[in-house]
Amino acid sequence: MQFFYSGLTSGSIYALVAIGFNIIYNTTGLINFAQGEFVVLGGMLMYTTLTILGLPVSVAFLVTFIIMFIVGVVFEKFFLRYVKLKTETNLIAITIALAVIMRGIAMVIWGRDSLAVPPYIEDKTISVIGGSMNSQSILVIIVCFFVAIILSSFFKYTKYGKAFRACYDDQTAATICGINVNMIRMLSFAIASLLGALAGAIIAPITFVTYTDGIMAGLKGFAAAIIGGLGSFWGGLFGGFALGVIEGFFAFVLPSGFKDAFAFIILLLILFIKPTGLFGKKKAVRV
Amino acid sequence: MKKMLLILSSLIFLGGYAYAEINLGAIFSVTGPASYLGLPEKQTLEMLVDEYNKAGGFKGEKINLIVYDDKGEDAEARKKFLRLAQNDKVITVIGPTRTGPSLAIKDEAQKNSIPLISCAASKVIVHPVNKFIFKTPQSDELAVEKIYEYLQKNKNKKVAIITSQDGFGDTGRNALLAEAKNYGIEIISDERFKDTDKDMTSQLSKIASKSPDAIICWGIGPAPAIVAKNYKQLNIKAPLFMSHGVASKKFLELAGSAAEGMYLPAGRLTVVDKLSDKDKYKPILMDYKKKFESTYNQPVSSFGGYAYDAFMLFKLALEKGGKDKEKIAEALENIKNYVGSTGTFNMSKDDHNGLGKESFLMIRVKNNDWEIVE
Repeated sequence: MQFFYSGLTSGSIYALVAIGFNIIYNTTGLINFAQGEFVVLGGMLMYTTLTILGLPVSVAFLVTFIIMFIVGVVFEKFFLRYVKLKTETNLIAITIALAVIMRGIAMVIWGRDSLAVPPYIEDKTISVIGGSMNSQSILVIIVCFFVAIILSSFFKYTKYGKAFRACYDDQTAATICGINVNMIRMLSFAIASLLGALAGAIIAPITFVTYTDGIMAGLKGFAAAIIGGLGSFWGGLFGGFALGVIEGFFAFVLPSGFKDAFAFIILLLILFIKPTGLFGKKKAVRV
Repeated sequence: MKKMLLILSSLIFLGGYAYAEINLGAIFSVTGPASYLGLPEKQTLEMLVDEYNKAGGFKGEKINLIVYDDKGEDAEARKKFLRLAQNDKVITVIGPTRTGPSLAIKDEAQKNSIPLISCAASKVIVHPVNKFIFKTPQSDELAVEKIYEYLQKNKNKKVAIITSQDGFGDTGRNALLAEAKNYGIEIISDERFKDTDKDMTSQLSKIASKSPDAIICWGIGPAPAIVAKNYKQLNIKAPLFMSHGVASKKFLELAGSAAEGMYLPAGRLTVVDKLSDKDKYKPILMDYKKKFESTYNQPVSSFGGYAYDAFMLFKLALEKGGKDKEKIAEALENIKNYVGSTGTFNMSKDDHNGLGKESFLMIRVKNNDWEIVE
């Protein structure tokens, strides 16, 4: 049973990254490949504010969120908005470029070593049926669900949430209806960046944070988003946990060297059988 | 005008010869991913050469040190080596820092008959033996033998290994599997992890279910710290051993209380403050530590020690063989009982590293610090 709990721990990280992908996808239809770097920056800023500056936890979180909100705004406003030819491929390529730049900046500022962030709640082992879990992991899982609930109700029921979705469906129509599309796009990046920071901050005590972490977090998070179906928060959540548990399962039953390979074979199978992902909807296109 | 230039340049040329110095080359990964290894090596070498020159040099001739940065890349190391060989006319090259670049220039060193004293760990650099190629760090195999010897002494027979899927982990895993028979040890579980993995409880619970006598983890970076945490979380009773790759304060910082009670082989420089005064290495290590820390105002690392030994070996060979490259290589091969910072070097025709198991100590983590076990 331990593989299940192991899977939940790594899965919750993938899920948080996958949800970040979905926020931006839901408004702009883009995949932001710098989502993993948002997570890394969040963790590193927590290290700076908590360990180096010695701020109280709540202030540290606040400072991290504010900085990351600004990073998200700058990201969209200065780098994506002024692209001459705004095709999806171009914009996605720019997010990849920015991911590399952010990784470089993180290396220059924080160095190459892994950084340890002190735990926010008491670090203890909790016995569960057939295994054990760390108290920190349980915190991450709870936050995961919390975020999914808030975001999906925001997008479904609030006026602003509907505006976000309108941008995804048809930008011209949304503009005609009086929605400030540029503002909404910018906000979606800011929220995704903020969520990345939250993810990075809460997982840092379990996994440490290294400047190269963004690559793998981004890849696995993207895979999780695809499994669950792009655009669905619950799908992202489910996809993340599923990917984590599948990995844990294969590490347990097979020689553990193959676990990643098998996790990605499952991803391929899902794409063959249900290309929209488990919870995804197809975008309706009028011909 | 042309004539003038010609005369001038030939004058400079001749002048250069009149004040001939001993050109010593060095290639280190001063920048790039291995900079934490390369930088202390460069600093150490510069400090030692400076000291040697101040003391009068070799029969009045000063050593002219030329250091290049290979950024940890094979191609870059090759380029820099050719420059050292052809333009700078060096008589010996110290470095490179990493295994890849060392292997990349091995053939060139032989072609140009330039002795190379590598600061990289892998055994393949000096195995098979090449007349001009030497290295100072202990091979990973010695660390494995040190652990196995300790296990054998404590009558632990069933061992589970968990190794990382990268160069360092692969070398360790091969050595762990190959050496097991010689020490009467049976590997009952062989698990792997990626250095980007965030949770290893799956692999560890599988290991625990086979109830081994000891667990050996081989990896560097944050992943072994996560293994230590997960090991504590699952409350496994069998003792945990790790490689010399985690013998740094940085690791203790990451793993925190989870590292408590863990064993690992490490070079003496890691625990220099705790060595007994009878230890024959202590004077050398303390001397190096004091000099390094007062010159650069930062703590000494065992990586700098590799460059320390490389320079001392070169110095011995130079004093014995003179400035001839072939003679230096010969003299290097015949160095016996040189007590260096890493261990005692006994070079021979079949061993161009010359270190033994005793270059490692078995240490244990206690109160978030090292404690010497034996």
